[in-house]
Amino acid sequence: MELITLSPFDLGLAASLVLLLALLSWRLHLGVEKRVLIAALRSAIQLSLIGLVLNFLFAQTSFALIGLWALIMLAIAGWEVMARQKHRYKGVWSFGIGTLSMFLSSFSVIFLALTLIIGVEPWYQPQYLIPLLGMLLGNTMSGIAITLDNLSRQAWEGRGHIEARLLLGQSWECAISDIRRDSLRAGLIPIINSMAAAGLVSLPGMMTGQILAGSPPMEAAKYQMMILFLISAGTGLGSAAAVWIGSRRLFDNRQRLRLDRLTGPER
Amino acid sequence: MAALRLQGFKTLNLAPLDLTLAAGELVFLSGPSGSGKSLLLRALADLDPHEGEAWLDGTASSSLPAPEWRRRIGLLPAESFWWFDKVGDHFDPATGNDKAARVDRASLVLLNRLGFEPEVMDWTVSRLSTGERQRLALARLLALQPQALLLDEASANLDPSNRDRVEALIQDYRRDKDAAVLWVSHDPDQRHRLSAPAAGLPGARRLIIRGDRLEEEVAGEGALNQREQAIRWN
Repeated sequence: MELITLSPFDLGLAASLVLLLALLSWRLHLGVEKRVLIAALRSAIQLSLIGLVLNFLFAQTSFALIGLWALIMLAIAGWEVMARQKHRYKGVWSFGIGTLSMFLSSFSVIFLALTLIIGVEPWYQPQYLIPLLGMLLGNTMSGIAITLDNLSRQAWEGRGHIEARLLLGQSWECAISDIRRDSLRAGLIPIINSMAAAGLVSLPGMMTGQILAGSPPMEAAKYQMMILFLISAGTGLGSAAAVWIGSRRLFDNRQRLRLDRLTGPER
Repeated sequence: MAALRLQGFKTLNLAPLDLTLAAGELVFLSGPSGSGKSLLLRALADLDPHEGEAWLDGTASSSLPAPEWRRRIGLLPAESFWWFDKVGDHFDPATGNDKAARVDRASLVLLNRLGFEPEVMDWTVSRLSTGERQRLALARLLALQPQALLLDEASANLDPSNRDRVEALIQDYRRDKDAAVLWVSHDPDQRHRLSAPAAGLPGARRLIIRGDRLEEEVAGEGALNQREQAIRWN
């Protein structure tokens, strides 16, 4: 099976459908036509740029460049985690906790996968590293964002409970143990759901891509399984790290609950 | 026995404070709302950052791990919080686990004195009234046998008979454990009533917050305050 390349005309045809959607929005007074067009334009520009960057990276196989690109991806994911928090940590922590957790989990999982499981040579072969890392970061990002949001929100709302437990002489870890458990569970639910629904409800993106590119469906399914397992491990590790660092940061060295280290709710 | 001593103790609203409560001494604290009474108690339990030092007998707050200090100094906040479904699960604070909550005899005696049957341990927290929560919170605290007590409006939501139970229990605890008690109370009658020396117990000192300082409350002053307050409210 050959890979059928898309001509500019093909893409234009697909894009005209978006124009149609914008027209519909204008006729029906939905008021989203501008946003539809801007979003479509953004996706076109971002994806073209990524295509160019990856073309360049794939041609080089330079560890420094690939590493730099991986760090950029990490920083953007960290930013995204921060943006999804209702109560953010003040200072560098807001960006730092999510980013560090993702770094610890995604990077170690991907290294494991590339060296032990797939066995690419060299392990940082960008054709494998970049897409896999992208999928890992994208998913651990949501998990960690949900976990951290739950943690800080519940701590904010549960101040009375936490302090009552501290007053009875409980350690900070004991006083926040329920909230920790709850947040971690919330962060893991999306990946559990997507593992359970994989193949039945949705054909996952990676598998779809490989099938379109001509891989035998069974090979594509095997890759998809691997990536799901990697994602769940990465999300679990990352969320656990985030919940640990995040909850530690909520208390000072005298085990006082320090909600002043969080920002108040926005608006 | 435990005396409570504060040296250069500085919280948000108050000037640095030097105060000593002898073992078994009761000190009432009153003052306008927002004057920093509750914040002082919170800081004493090391729940808020503060300057200066507090001692229980010879032991400085900073020399102990914070949980140990809090267990010894026993703060009862004005509002009580409950985190498990059942009352009894809160009476095993050593583990903080809801499983295997064992309620010892001492706790049952406390509950009995506050007007509860042992069955209260199986009640769900959501069915408790405000007053029941307040009394149970006191039992939960005393079960840990703190060396001193910091009470923030310990009987504010109680009817007279339950208020008497709480007062009697605290007075007995003070005598039996020789514990220093710092009691924030808005009720001038209560402050007056418990200030008189009783059987085996010396009387109480009454302090009032004026500006950012603690001063001795003059006899009858509380009643006057109450009248003023009544006028303001009407």
